[in-house]
Amino acid sequence: MALIEYRDALNQAFAEEIERDPNVVLIGEEVAQYDGAYKVTKGLWKKYGDKRIVDTPISEAAFIGMGIGASMLGLRPVMELMFWSFATVAYDQIVNNAAQIRYMSGGLINCPIVIRGPANGGTSVGATHSHCPENWFAAVPGLKVVNAATPYDAKGLMKSAIRDNDPVLFMESTLLYGEKGEVPEEEYVIPLGKADVKRVGTDISIIGHGRPILAALKAAELLEAEHDIHAEVIDLRSIRPLDEEAIFASVRKTHRAIYVEENKPFCGIGAQVSSMIMEKCFDDLDAPVLRVTSLDAPAIYSPKVETRQLPSAHDIIKKVLSIC
Amino acid sequence: METATKSTDYALAPINKNLAAEQKIRLLRDMLRIRRFEQKALADYQKQGRMGGFMHLYIGQESIATGVCSLMGDHDHVITAYRCHGHALAVGMTMNECMAELYGKVTGCSKGKGGSMHFFAPDKNYWGGHGIVGGQTPLGLGLAYGLKYKGLKGAALCFLGDGAVNQGCFYESLNMASLFDLPVIYVIENNKYSMGTSMERSSVVKKCLAERGEAFSVEWAQANGEDLYEVRAVTQKAIERAHNESKPMILEFDTYRYYGHSVADSKHKGGYRPEEEIEKYKTQHDPIQLFKRRLIGEGVLTQEQFDEISEAAKDEAAASAQFAEESPLPTDANIFEDVYFEVDRQTEAGRTGKHFFHD
Repeated sequence: MALIEYRDALNQAFAEEIERDPNVVLIGEEVAQYDGAYKVTKGLWKKYGDKRIVDTPISEAAFIGMGIGASMLGLRPVMELMFWSFATVAYDQIVNNAAQIRYMSGGLINCPIVIRGPANGGTSVGATHSHCPENWFAAVPGLKVVNAATPYDAKGLMKSAIRDNDPVLFMESTLLYGEKGEVPEEEYVIPLGKADVKRVGTDISIIGHGRPILAALKAAELLEAEHDIHAEVIDLRSIRPLDEEAIFASVRKTHRAIYVEENKPFCGIGAQVSSMIMEKCFDDLDAPVLRVTSLDAPAIYSPKVETRQLPSAHDIIKKVLSIC
Repeated sequence: METATKSTDYALAPINKNLAAEQKIRLLRDMLRIRRFEQKALADYQKQGRMGGFMHLYIGQESIATGVCSLMGDHDHVITAYRCHGHALAVGMTMNECMAELYGKVTGCSKGKGGSMHFFAPDKNYWGGHGIVGGQTPLGLGLAYGLKYKGLKGAALCFLGDGAVNQGCFYESLNMASLFDLPVIYVIENNKYSMGTSMERSSVVKKCLAERGEAFSVEWAQANGEDLYEVRAVTQKAIERAHNESKPMILEFDTYRYYGHSVADSKHKGGYRPEEEIEKYKTQHDPIQLFKRRLIGEGVLTQEQFDEISEAAKDEAAASAQFAEESPLPTDANIFEDVYFEVDRQTEAGRTGKHFFHD
């Protein structure tokens, strides 16, 4: 297996799907001639040209809506938002059009679109550019929400997202783009709705999604080395559809659970998952389900302080020790 | 449209000149079917318990949807806002499926899931029926993008009201349509009121609203929407341009709605607009009456024929209401169908993971 960066794993997924299906087209700000604001689409315009890799003006509402309209005619647009934070200006298109068109047409129309880009804090770009909106959108029936933490997952999930016939919102992280991981040479896909046990353990289930999974893995390592606590780490990967069985199976084994995410706590994904665990695994629990999230305030700019606002391995360890 | 006097006789335009008598009568019938359908829908709406929500009536504007949709070829597509009954019937949807949708029945065009504002028939190149003002304008852009991407010679005809022109995404769409040379035709149906706010109170207007296209090098034309021949002549030129040059265009048709913004609009008569104004349009500018007179003048129609067509449309509407009345409601299980394609088809993706989070 090759050791490649997260951004290159995504790049490979795009190239393979562009070659596989003539209806796949990449559209967004700076995705073509500039090679992508984060070089995720590097080299693709040069290789595939104007038809398949398309630069847009800074008009998120119009170009996301354009992608939705084109998908209704059978195209498979992969739309880049330079930041998921910019989805706010395209919110009507995503929530009222992409999510509802199938339902309101009684199933006559479908919308095979992927909307993707980074959704993370931790880069000192202030509150407007640091949103993690997976919970905003996972709350909308009709949408699917995916969040990949590793290069392997990013590639496999992206290929599934592009082939999916429903709108898939794919959330990445600028802080993960340069992270390396092993990616097979041969083709593979990862189904949406399948969680991944990133580390096997017996004492507590650390469940989460996105970049904080890396913090969870680090915490699990330290918990074992320093406290003899064997944590299991479950990466949901896909938030909607959700692999509830993987969550329940782990909790039934470990009897304790913590949810880790970069979302804010109020109505975060952890709130939903905690409720499901409480409902389905009440008798299996030996402790309350706790959550580690970003601190509940807008993202602060101050570079050294912002890191403290985001969930860290230290925060996770502290919470684990409070119930183990 | 202060006066019905014409400086140009659009009956002589190539697209109208060669119409056979039965084609002209068909156009008249299409307009009458829209009117009779909506009159029946309104009557039934007012009977408690049959329908809910909003209903935005198209009565008074029938010549525009009828004229524009009569020109659609295989690769021409239509999308519009929430005042969508007229366009639905004009593209060939049946009164039964439309009335049943208003009744919220499973036999409705959207299985009772869309309602008055959300009629769709993709098999007839009709993409709705959209509830958010201006929200359909980027979708129209996307239909044009899809046509061009696929190398099809077609146009996306995207209707919007005079209120929708002040939404930002419309201008983003115009810019992109012009930048990318997309064959989208934005058809502004200017009925002069965005809900209860007159155009003068909502829009800065120089010559007209379509003129705003100038800022994006988008060609535009303004025309009298009460004249079916004029609507067809002006639209045909835009369609040819879209087909042959892959260029966007804005058309603005002056028109008037006899009823309120929606049936819930109690102030439309004598409130934000004078009753005499409504009366003037009804008596002097009614597109059906004007076209009827023309056809009688041309010798292709008699008053008796008109009455027959009108009665037949009324009967069809009544039958559609009966069909709707007798149709079953959606079941509780139906609520969860048509949300996700993959789940509906029970594909592997649809069977993987939890998609719905109620009990």
